[in-house]
Amino acid sequence: MFKNRRLLLLEIIGILLAFVWLVPFYLMVVNAFKTKRDIFADTLGLPEEWTWDNFVQAFVQLGFIKAFGNSLFITAVSTIIIIICSAMAAYALSRNKSKLSTVIFFMFVAAMLIPFQAVMIPLVSQFGQLDMLNRSSLIFMYLGFGASLSIFLYHGALKGIPESLDDAAKIDGCNKFQTFWYIIFPLLKPMSVTVGVLNVIWIWNDYLLPSLVIGGNGTETIPLQLFFFFGQYTKQWHLALAGLSISILPVIIGYFFAQKQIIKGIADGAVK
Amino acid sequence: MKNRDLSFWLFLAPVLVAILIVVIYPLLTGLYYSFTNWDGLRISKFVGLDNYIKLFHDKEFGDAFWFTIKFSIAAIIVINIIGLGLALIVTQHIKTSSFLRTVFFMPNLIGGLILGFIWQFIFTKAFASIGESIGIEGLQGWLSTTETGFWGLVILTSWQMAGYVMIIYIAYLQSVPEELIEASQIDGANRFQRFRNITVPMIAPAFTVSLFLTLSNSFKMYDQNLSLTNGGPFNSTQMVAMDIVKTAFTENSMAYAQSKAMIFFVTVAAISLLQVYYNKKKEVEL
Repeated sequence: MFKNRRLLLLEIIGILLAFVWLVPFYLMVVNAFKTKRDIFADTLGLPEEWTWDNFVQAFVQLGFIKAFGNSLFITAVSTIIIIICSAMAAYALSRNKSKLSTVIFFMFVAAMLIPFQAVMIPLVSQFGQLDMLNRSSLIFMYLGFGASLSIFLYHGALKGIPESLDDAAKIDGCNKFQTFWYIIFPLLKPMSVTVGVLNVIWIWNDYLLPSLVIGGNGTETIPLQLFFFFGQYTKQWHLALAGLSISILPVIIGYFFAQKQIIKGIADGAVK
Repeated sequence: MKNRDLSFWLFLAPVLVAILIVVIYPLLTGLYYSFTNWDGLRISKFVGLDNYIKLFHDKEFGDAFWFTIKFSIAAIIVINIIGLGLALIVTQHIKTSSFLRTVFFMPNLIGGLILGFIWQFIFTKAFASIGESIGIEGLQGWLSTTETGFWGLVILTSWQMAGYVMIIYIAYLQSVPEELIEASQIDGANRFQRFRNITVPMIAPAFTVSLFLTLSNSFKMYDQNLSLTNGGPFNSTQMVAMDIVKTAFTENSMAYAQSKAMIFFVTVAAISLLQVYYNKKKEVEL
């Protein structure tokens, strides 16, 4: 009896905390349905009259469909490239036991210590001088910034894949690339999910790098559009909140469907 | 694969090229630029340590640095206490466990920029409204002072990152063997003794990972800073990352901004190395 009472208490505390956690989302959505005057009159309660006008206006002003497409394109292409290239590199490094290989691996790991701001200014000006501040360069940069952690994670996973598999594939007539693509890469799938999750979350939400590299030519991602939008409507919370709600919606939907993989990916990525 | 195998280099090539061009080369040239009067395009003079000497006397940079340190310390403590607390709750045998995890983790998936905007609304409008209805003066004018801006950033970051840290603690809490807990129960250890003497040592690596992650994330924070306070009032809540971006792209002092970036780099790298070293040592002792 005592034990059950304790669990019930914990259950209640947990649920109360969950409500506290959700309050910001509640306030955002509820006020996005209000008129400007309604927000001023009553910020905390439900709207007297639910209006969709804010959403329509924010949707149009944000150019949401285009921004969503841009975010999706950049995130998907960058992540796929990071997954394939990092797995290949980690495979090569793990199957080469020489000193050089260790040094290169160490360099990749050390690159994780370098914060973005340390290289941002020369990077942007160097690409700018070559007139290469565009979407392809952005994807290339994501490979450079995302590869370190991904290689590190794949390298750990590869230790668990015996080299006798490589030898067997070789005897069966596979070349190195076939061995990787048909034997090793499929075995790395659980790690590929983790690497994918980590990179998707980061790239989808990234603001600073795209703000410096792309923009002004219709390739803006959601965070960029939102920043411009927010700047224009800074004192008009009904529109700003509608814009924020729309921007969050795809993430919440994605979370709903891939929740298990996301939480597992985060745990693996952080713990290893 | 051997060093002289073409395949070894082909497998490495894309990543090696990308990291060299995107990270290593800019870092090295950046180091060089910081000793010159580089304006983003060309260099006309080598100035030695001038940028660094100037930086040492720069009150704005000093303030930003100090603010970042204070913020990071507060954030690490609050995030880890809440995160561990949440993990301890949801690892009990309660029915809503997986629902609670979902909720607590949710803010992490959303970008710092968006979260900062949402909380700007909450601090400036909702807080004022709550304060008015229950008569608490202290809830008015949030984000308009340094103090409220500071705690605003801490609250936002804690709300965002506690769920992340919770996931890490859960992973380790679940690996504590049941037998150990049972054995200690038989030996007559109470709940607190069990936590102190069994759970805490067993999840020691979780502290390493979480402290390291929260420290480096808070220290490097930019998006939330930009969208919540934008450094205001009067640059008093401006963190180092933002100071570097502003010096470079608003004030256009490229070489000077790069010298700040180098100091930032050395600090971040040193903290990370020191902490990993310290925690590794501690784990062995246990």
